[in-house]
Amino acid sequence: MADPMRIRAQAAGDKATVRVLMSHEMETGLRKDSAGKTIPAWFIQEVTATHNGKPVLSAQWGPSVAKNPFLQFTVKGAKAGDKITVSWLDNKGDKRTDEATVS
Amino acid sequence: MKTTTLNLATLAVLAGTMVLTGTAWAQAKSAAEGIAEYRKMLEDGNPADLFEAKGEALWKQKRGPKNATLEQCNLGKGAGVVKGTFVELPRYFADTGKMQDLESRLVTCMETLQGFNAEEIGKTAFGRGEMANVTALATWVAAESRGLRFNLPQGHAEEQKSYEIGKRVFFYRGGPMDFSCASCHSVDGQRIRLQDLPNLTINPGDGVGFAAWPAYRVSNGQMWSMQLRLNDCYRQQRFPFPGFASEVTVALGTYMGVNAKGAQSIAPAIKR
Repeated sequence: MADPMRIRAQAAGDKATVRVLMSHEMETGLRKDSAGKTIPAWFIQEVTATHNGKPVLSAQWGPSVAKNPFLQFTVKGAKAGDKITVSWLDNKGDKRTDEATVS
Repeated sequence: MKTTTLNLATLAVLAGTMVLTGTAWAQAKSAAEGIAEYRKMLEDGNPADLFEAKGEALWKQKRGPKNATLEQCNLGKGAGVVKGTFVELPRYFADTGKMQDLESRLVTCMETLQGFNAEEIGKTAFGRGEMANVTALATWVAAESRGLRFNLPQGHAEEQKSYEIGKRVFFYRGGPMDFSCASCHSVDGQRIRLQDLPNLTINPGDGVGFAAWPAYRVSNGQMWSMQLRLNDCYRQQRFPFPGFASEVTVALGTYMGVNAKGAQSIAPAIKR
């Protein structure tokens, strides 16, 4: 099971800044282990975010994204108390969804 | 007329020199500043947060053969007290009868409270199995003391002895390169390539040296505890690896920690 994300969402004016830290190995599939065997690719492929249940972001990621990725985006019209959820799905089918309240 | 031309030429040459020196100086300054800026930018999304969260969950989770939590662990300020303990470690513990740093103390708690085998954990490679959990726990405990100032106790005879041992180890030269910790860390303003090396024989300042670890290393994506940091220092000196939580590593921690008295802890920090 995947480790939880850290999501912080802060409202400023008519928009909110959302900062997400995901816990993921993000293996490219190009590295080799100490025995010389290729470490299979393992990375986040899809990232989606919703604001009060309405989709606001959807992204397709590849193996070039760093380990333990950090994602920041702004949501227009989000105000304190609103719910922001972020989900990811990796190439092994593992997924994780976490929710945060805009402060 | 001729004189004027000459003078002008000399002036031009002089100006040229000045510009050159100016540029070189600005570059040297911006390199160090550049790294500081880079760290600042990363701080906002420091993945150490993830390890911190993991450590907190591990602290409260019933685990091990005894199926117990670590909430009764005594880190030096009484059973269950976490805040403020990090800036007072290593210290002497009467129950184990020895000097312990944060990691060795956590392993002791895992053994006495949860029933894990301390020796086995000590032999586990960093980042694997229960050792990875020890690092996560250390990250969380350190984070609970973020912003506090180092104030290691030196009242007990063992604590004073540990400081003296640490000092000798710090200045002990050996290995194929005839290096000691002091070779790199006893002068102000020294650096390896672009990395500033803190002077650890004095208080190097807030959030520098001992006050910055555990830290997340961006270059390899790993969470590094103080024990691993020391291990790597010895690797760079081409020394044999010291044992995990051995007397020597704890003594070095005591030496650096006492020297850093008054320095503000920023651990868990983020490093290049």
